[in-house]
Amino acid sequence: MDTDQLIRTLAADNAHRAPRVGATLTMALLVAAPLSILIFATFLGVRPDVMSAMHNPFFDMKFAVTLSLAIPAIIVSLHLSRPEALMRGWGWLLLLPIGLLAVAIGGEAMMAPAMPMTMRMVGRNSRVCLLAIPAMSLPLLAGALVGLRHGAPSNPALAGALAGLVSAGLAATLYASHCTDDSPLFVATWYTLATALVAAIGALVGSKVLRY
Amino acid sequence: MRSAMAGDDAAYHRLLKAVTPVLRAAARRGLARAGQPPDQAEDIVQEILLAVHLKRHTWDSEAPFAPWLFAIARNKLIDTLRRRGRRIFVNIDDFAETLPGEVAEETASAAEVATQLGALPQRQRDVLQSIAVESASIRDTAAKYSMSEGAVRVALHRGLAALTAKLRNN
Repeated sequence: MDTDQLIRTLAADNAHRAPRVGATLTMALLVAAPLSILIFATFLGVRPDVMSAMHNPFFDMKFAVTLSLAIPAIIVSLHLSRPEALMRGWGWLLLLPIGLLAVAIGGEAMMAPAMPMTMRMVGRNSRVCLLAIPAMSLPLLAGALVGLRHGAPSNPALAGALAGLVSAGLAATLYASHCTDDSPLFVATWYTLATALVAAIGALVGSKVLRY
Repeated sequence: MRSAMAGDDAAYHRLLKAVTPVLRAAARRGLARAGQPPDQAEDIVQEILLAVHLKRHTWDSEAPFAPWLFAIARNKLIDTLRRRGRRIFVNIDDFAETLPGEVAEETASAAEVATQLGALPQRQRDVLQSIAVESASIRDTAAKYSMSEGAVRVALHRGLAALTAKLRNN
């Protein structure tokens, strides 16, 4: 087929209207979310003392941290779904949860400790945390990748890693309502490890499926 | 591009025609810089055009058009060079003496799209063939294959998307 023929064919297909990447990503995440919530409801559930826990600022802080990961990750992944987009000027958004965690760790250090530092860090749920966040992330990660496939990222592995951050941030938000370890040290250690694992899976799969 | 996105097919046709020489020159330059012969330039041009078409919703109508276009062109050029690198790994020239007939295909210009076209499902192939090669309109194609115009449009779009996927994974 010569190029003029191809151009004529493409022009004939101009009537086809594709939705924006933001719309497909939202749809895909909404389709995947019930699966993650099902995993949460079946194996974890909300912690029994949730009403009193809500008065603990460190409990609330967990949601601030996880959402400050998920929401900027969505924004940056949509930005990077454009072929000419650069990370420059956007990367600081991903530092928000780290900044929040640092503030929270500082705040906790200034209070009289209820438990020794190592105990707060290791907590009681580290193994569950490392398992539950990636498990609940997987459906959301698949959804995020499907949604972002509609875009045209110049760096598929980076875009995949961001899909991992989106899904881990959302999964960690669910998990935070189950976990009784509220210390920012616990969050900084285990949530971060779980998130890094999901981001690595996202980068690996993304480098294959997000090429356009 | 703005009028093309607003549904002006003729403007879209003009735009693609106007950027093609620029893309061709860029593809040739890129191949030359990588020390590759320019015989694959037309394949790259066609891949860029397909990507521009299928990803045009990622262009922000407020943003300048050229950086977006060249980002896609660069991506496709790198992709092709990478694939070529892989091919050189199993150097076809080593088999040139035993397979004299096979080598010619490597150098045929813009053969990739035509080759992959043959691997599409019957219906998509018919529609693409009719519109591209026989320059039939969507209405004529619909009449010829007794399909609705909507079905022709769907087959056309799916065919282009499938073609792009095949080229990418080739």
